[in-house]
Amino acid sequence: MQEPILSIRGLTKTYKNGPRALDSVDLDIRRGEIFALLGPNGAGKTTLIGAVCGLVRPTGGTIHAFGHDLSRDWRSARARIGLVPQELSTDMFETVRRAVTYSQGLFGKPRDPARIDEILRSLSLWDKRDSQIRALSGGMKRRVLIAKALAHDPELLFLDEPTAGVDVELRKDMWQQIAALKERGVTIILTTHYIEEAEEMADRVGIIRGGRILMVDEKRAMMERLGTTEAVIDLAAPLSDIPPAIAAFPVETSTDGLRLIYRGGNGQGGGRAQVAQLTQALTRAGIGYTSIDIHDSSLEDIFVGLLGEKEAA
Amino acid sequence: MHFSLRSAYAIYQREMSRAFRTAFQSILSPVLTTSLYFVVFGSVIGARMEPIGGVPYGAFIIPGLLMLTLLGETTSNASFGIYMPRFTGTIYELLSAPVGVAETLAGFVGAAMTKGLILAAIILATATLFVDYEIKYPLFAAVYIMLVAASFALFGFILGIWADSFEKLGIIPLLILTPLTFLGGTFYSIRDLPGPWDTIALANPIAFLVSGLRFSFYGVADVPIGVSLGLTLGFLALCTVVIAVIFRTGWRLRE
Repeated sequence: MQEPILSIRGLTKTYKNGPRALDSVDLDIRRGEIFALLGPNGAGKTTLIGAVCGLVRPTGGTIHAFGHDLSRDWRSARARIGLVPQELSTDMFETVRRAVTYSQGLFGKPRDPARIDEILRSLSLWDKRDSQIRALSGGMKRRVLIAKALAHDPELLFLDEPTAGVDVELRKDMWQQIAALKERGVTIILTTHYIEEAEEMADRVGIIRGGRILMVDEKRAMMERLGTTEAVIDLAAPLSDIPPAIAAFPVETSTDGLRLIYRGGNGQGGGRAQVAQLTQALTRAGIGYTSIDIHDSSLEDIFVGLLGEKEAA
Repeated sequence: MHFSLRSAYAIYQREMSRAFRTAFQSILSPVLTTSLYFVVFGSVIGARMEPIGGVPYGAFIIPGLLMLTLLGETTSNASFGIYMPRFTGTIYELLSAPVGVAETLAGFVGAAMTKGLILAAIILATATLFVDYEIKYPLFAAVYIMLVAASFALFGFILGIWADSFEKLGIIPLLILTPLTFLGGTFYSIRDLPGPWDTIALANPIAFLVSGLRFSFYGVADVPIGVSLGLTLGFLALCTVVIAVIFRTGWRLRE
């Protein structure tokens, strides 16, 4: 198996007079994947990114990137890592082109105006290249941050809440940009509050809470394993009990008996097939119904459910 | 030891462009202030003053005024240069880049030094408009000015990391450096002070710097030049060690 591009073992961070932000985190990131790190506010997502990128000093544990131990060979590793921070932190009085050129030089790359032009065009910043950053909209400032992070052609890119505060249209545009980066072989780790973002783009998903990684899995596998189908069947007449004909199905009735609620399956089609069998059973048993509403659980449902379970535990 | 010239130059170039973007504040303002000193104390009042140590009063105050600007501007420029990224959050890029203490200092401190040296050159040129003077040891004066600029740029860098507000950023240059320079023999020789003030004045380290620069200009000094030079080099070394410790521990830079 290919060596992970990033390997984290037992990573711990305790802030002075503060809580333990990271608690023995183990995580491997595969080369070329988009990895989404999901978690509520204060879960440790930004601290984890900060520890890899050199903004946070870990209390314990090891981080290897590209096979280099970051505590020793940080220079060679950092030269290949890019970071787009959550906050819109830029030199507001600088022009877009100069800001991106600065980043290229800062990371030790030879001056390459052609590459800067290419990045600005790919992020639709070309028309704004000579504008001061302060004159740009929030979405365009976010693009400038991405352009700065790409100026040294990183192989591993961290995107901390890349679409926070960005309107829907621009968000989808940014998803395309991220997909294009993946096409070029860039490994991407993103944190997001928008679960649909992870659902849309991620190959694998990690769920973090209270500084601990709760789960890491392929997105599809996670949805198959933890996903469910919910079907709400409006009945023609109320049911007082579940009849024997459908007792084998995972169903329950609403309090007024007018709705039959099915929760089961695997969220990847299995549930829908079982709902079809359920409706046939209802017909055979002479139980009339007027409508069916079927809904496969989303990554968000899984995320909320998983966090809820951990809360209860 | 690894050193990336490109990274250092990127920081240096950005700091210099910031200075030229704010040319009035960075360059014209201190030059104008110092010129007013030359007009008032050098030409108008100086013409009525007795020479000090054989040096006409107008020429006597040049090293002190130069030191006043050099200390204030190199300290402020370097402190502002590193404080602003901390304040705005753009420091994330510097911290995540493959640059260490050497490149960072070469960029920030080098730019602050350059700005200080440009100012010094402009002030010396401006002084010729109001006062007649000649520099006795020009090479030594240039080296000494560079040493002082480097020391106080390093000091300013420490200040910019220590400060957690704009108020703190301004306290040291305004409330400590400027008064100490005024009291450090800028406008008079501390040897002319009545006792015990002539001894007390030696507790002011800036007096040694002013004296050292005056020696390079006119060959006269309040204290031995070796002491001035030693103090400057000692301060330079101390600031370098403090910065090395800051980078090693990540104090106020990395959480």
